[in-house]
Amino acid sequence: MTLGRSLKRAYTLLILSLSMGVLALMPSSAAAQDEAATTEVAATETAGDAATDGLYTPLGQDMVKGIPVSAEDDFYGSMNVQPQFSDVGEYANGFHVALIWIMAIISVFVLGLIFWVVVRYNKRANPTPSKTTHNTFIEVVWTLVPVLILIGIALPSISLLAMQYEDPPEDAITVKATGAQWNWQYSLPDYGVEFTSNMLNLKEGPEINPGIRQVGSEAWDGPGQLEVDNRLVLPVGKPLRIQTTAQVVIHSFAVPALWFKLDAVPGRLNERMLTINEPGIYYGQCSELCGVKHGYMPIAIEALPMDKFEDWVRSKGGTVPGDAPAEEAPSDDAADADAAAETEAPTEPAADAAAAE
Amino acid sequence: MATTAEGFDAPATDHAHDADHKPSFFVRWFMSTNHKDIGTLYLIFAIFAGIIGGAISGVMRMELAEPGIQYLQWWVEFMGGEPSVNANFHMWNVFITAHGLIMVFFMVMPAMIGGFGNWFVPLMIGAPDMAFPRMNNISFWLTVAGFCSLLFSMFVPGGIGGNGAGVGWTVYAPLSTTGSAGPAVDFAIFSLHLAGAGSILGATNFITTILNMRAPGMTLHKMPLFVWSMLVTAFLLLLALPVLAAAITMLLTDRNFDTAFFNPAGGGDPVLYQHLFWFFGHPEVYIMILPGFGMVSQIVATFSRKPVFGYLGMAYAMVAIGVVGFVVWAHHMYTVGMDVNMKMYFTAATMVIAVPTGVKIFSWIATMWGGSIEFKSPMVWALGFIFLFTVGGVTGVYLANGGIDDVVHDTYFVVAHFHYVLSMGAVFSLFAAFYYWFPKMSGRWHSEFLSHVHFWLFFIGVNIIFFPQHFLGWQGMPRRYPDYTEAYSYWNEISSMGYHVMAFSMLIFFANIGYALVAGRKAEGNYWGEGATTLEWTLSSPPPFHQFETLPVIEDHHDYHDHTPSKA
Repeated sequence: MTLGRSLKRAYTLLILSLSMGVLALMPSSAAAQDEAATTEVAATETAGDAATDGLYTPLGQDMVKGIPVSAEDDFYGSMNVQPQFSDVGEYANGFHVALIWIMAIISVFVLGLIFWVVVRYNKRANPTPSKTTHNTFIEVVWTLVPVLILIGIALPSISLLAMQYEDPPEDAITVKATGAQWNWQYSLPDYGVEFTSNMLNLKEGPEINPGIRQVGSEAWDGPGQLEVDNRLVLPVGKPLRIQTTAQVVIHSFAVPALWFKLDAVPGRLNERMLTINEPGIYYGQCSELCGVKHGYMPIAIEALPMDKFEDWVRSKGGTVPGDAPAEEAPSDDAADADAAAETEAPTEPAADAAAAE
Repeated sequence: MATTAEGFDAPATDHAHDADHKPSFFVRWFMSTNHKDIGTLYLIFAIFAGIIGGAISGVMRMELAEPGIQYLQWWVEFMGGEPSVNANFHMWNVFITAHGLIMVFFMVMPAMIGGFGNWFVPLMIGAPDMAFPRMNNISFWLTVAGFCSLLFSMFVPGGIGGNGAGVGWTVYAPLSTTGSAGPAVDFAIFSLHLAGAGSILGATNFITTILNMRAPGMTLHKMPLFVWSMLVTAFLLLLALPVLAAAITMLLTDRNFDTAFFNPAGGGDPVLYQHLFWFFGHPEVYIMILPGFGMVSQIVATFSRKPVFGYLGMAYAMVAIGVVGFVVWAHHMYTVGMDVNMKMYFTAATMVIAVPTGVKIFSWIATMWGGSIEFKSPMVWALGFIFLFTVGGVTGVYLANGGIDDVVHDTYFVVAHFHYVLSMGAVFSLFAAFYYWFPKMSGRWHSEFLSHVHFWLFFIGVNIIFFPQHFLGWQGMPRRYPDYTEAYSYWNEISSMGYHVMAFSMLIFFANIGYALVAGRKAEGNYWGEGATTLEWTLSSPPPFHQFETLPVIEDHHDYHDHTPSKA
């Protein structure tokens, strides 16, 4: 078992260093090559398909939806949950606001009672204490009223849970997130796309992810700690079947602006439906202690309209159902051959195939 | 008593009739069988552990004061390691682990149960000592050994990042098994075994003492509420700790003997560990707060000069909290991927706990209602407890909702919540009890003025530390992170500023103890006056080395909290 693991680790390292070498040597020309390859494929096989004309470019920061705000930018916003962009999130957000009111009212009520006894029943104001130790009526009241409040909380709580546990429809898109130490490996089996998503290195301090570029080196980069080299691109408004699992230790796949958090447990496959309502970028962070770089494996989701999403799939060397079948065969092979989810690798065989033709 | 003379040739006077004869220093403090001395040892130990645990939290707040890694490499060097990316981040995980374990197992529990429990349960029930004085001694020294094992774990290899166990106080598998090579995690686990064994022995001791050694006439329904709280706590310990012991033993065998209880590759399940841990872990949080409930009940009644309102309701509310506390554990693991029906059950069951807790809050207020309140330092701390525990309680109801939990699970909101109930709930009750009983234990007065200054600074400090953490959690900042994105910097900075206020107030606390021991006025037997009605106030301050050689008799008409049902 240990041998197998070290072999696997060596293999992953090899692939990683290979792809990093490609990245380091010619980041821009690699992209250009991709573009050439895709356009060539488009030209030879699906001539006239406008969708493949444009290459996928990550969304810019003007499209950020799910991100923590600083107190300087939005004081009250920085004290609350992030704005919500899923149906579950919108419902839960309303419930959350109601709960804040309930919490505030109860706390202020108790504080008020304390103030009242402090003012009214201190030694000076009330020199002779009463000897009352029982009052059945008031005891029943302060048992029953909380029960009623709790029932009032439990009802919407249960509908929220029911909503979160809705089964995804047949045609939901499966997205598998595998927590690794310390990055996320995504796969969209319906599209034959697999890749690894690493946190970008921070501007200051040591290199946390060797070989990965620095945050801010591309125009679309978000803030440090949150931005990754390969965002998880997903179609907007489409039911997604999010599955989580992990390699060695437990991680947790969390996106606050979508009210979504699901642990990634080794040996288990957790599943939950998610629908993203608006196009944009949504950041999240690993939320279960997973070792030394627990704080450095963020999640960045980019929600795009279906056609843009399909472009991204093609740019990743995946196949879009409905595309010419001739294209599917080689990329499927490529996906099978390349079991260890890789970033650059899938595009290379595609380019080869295109060149061969 | 006579048996103690056999082991060592100390005092021919050991079975003396002089109740105040004390053995020589070494025999008295290192081979102690006296519940008051053992209680004192526990309190000193808890204060010592609290200083270490509190200093670690200061290190953490210092690092989190601004974005970026500022000090971790320094601490790695301080601990004798070689700074590197992995070593620095591992150091962080070692800190969070040590802070959690120390505060839970070596500060709050020893102070509440070992310290005040040992001191005042026998005094309050009119017993000469605990039922098993020698077992009492081994309970204490096992706790000390556990603490040494935990400290030792910080100096042996704990994985790729260097020395120490960086697994969090929950010690989740597989991070604690396949995820952490080296003996550090073994020593941390062993530390829990030792502390757990000590607590189980202590619990049996308390149960036996309370059930068998009450003074004639003191029925269960006449016991002071602090004794009730210790009885419930002892049962929780007795039922919960063996489950923890089993779970962490399985961790040890998974780590060292190739079993696969929690290893999916061998047919095990990491989630099983979480169920076992939290089956212990949830009762554990009540173990940490129930004695505080008892203390606050005594203090509120004393300073309102009024018997506790709804005594039976208060006692059985604690029993109810203890019972229901055993069936709500999975609310700590809502995001683990559980079935919807299970999540609905745990949501509902968790919310039920709010009812008996509400009964307690309102009963304390009703006890003060109509009273004649004196704002001595214990009362001020108790009032702070009631309010801050309410705040921690309502955020608990918020978190109880399985659907809501998805956004705040494992974020700073949870950190804020459990520090409101522990760092403010449990710790406020500890300080309240300390100022309430310190003159009784030492025979000397602390400065009431300094105690009040301590209260206000501590109150302000901890609120500045922890209230902004609610906001950080809502904004999505995860727990156990050494660094964070720019946007979280404002509230983190505020939170770290609060730490300075809190730390300064602790200096006042220690100055106050020093003052009391060196120059404090002598305290009389019942220094709080007519409101203080329990049996410890019938004794001198400090009480004689052995008390109640002639058992006190609780008369039927004795106005003892006025809670005899017939008088209602």
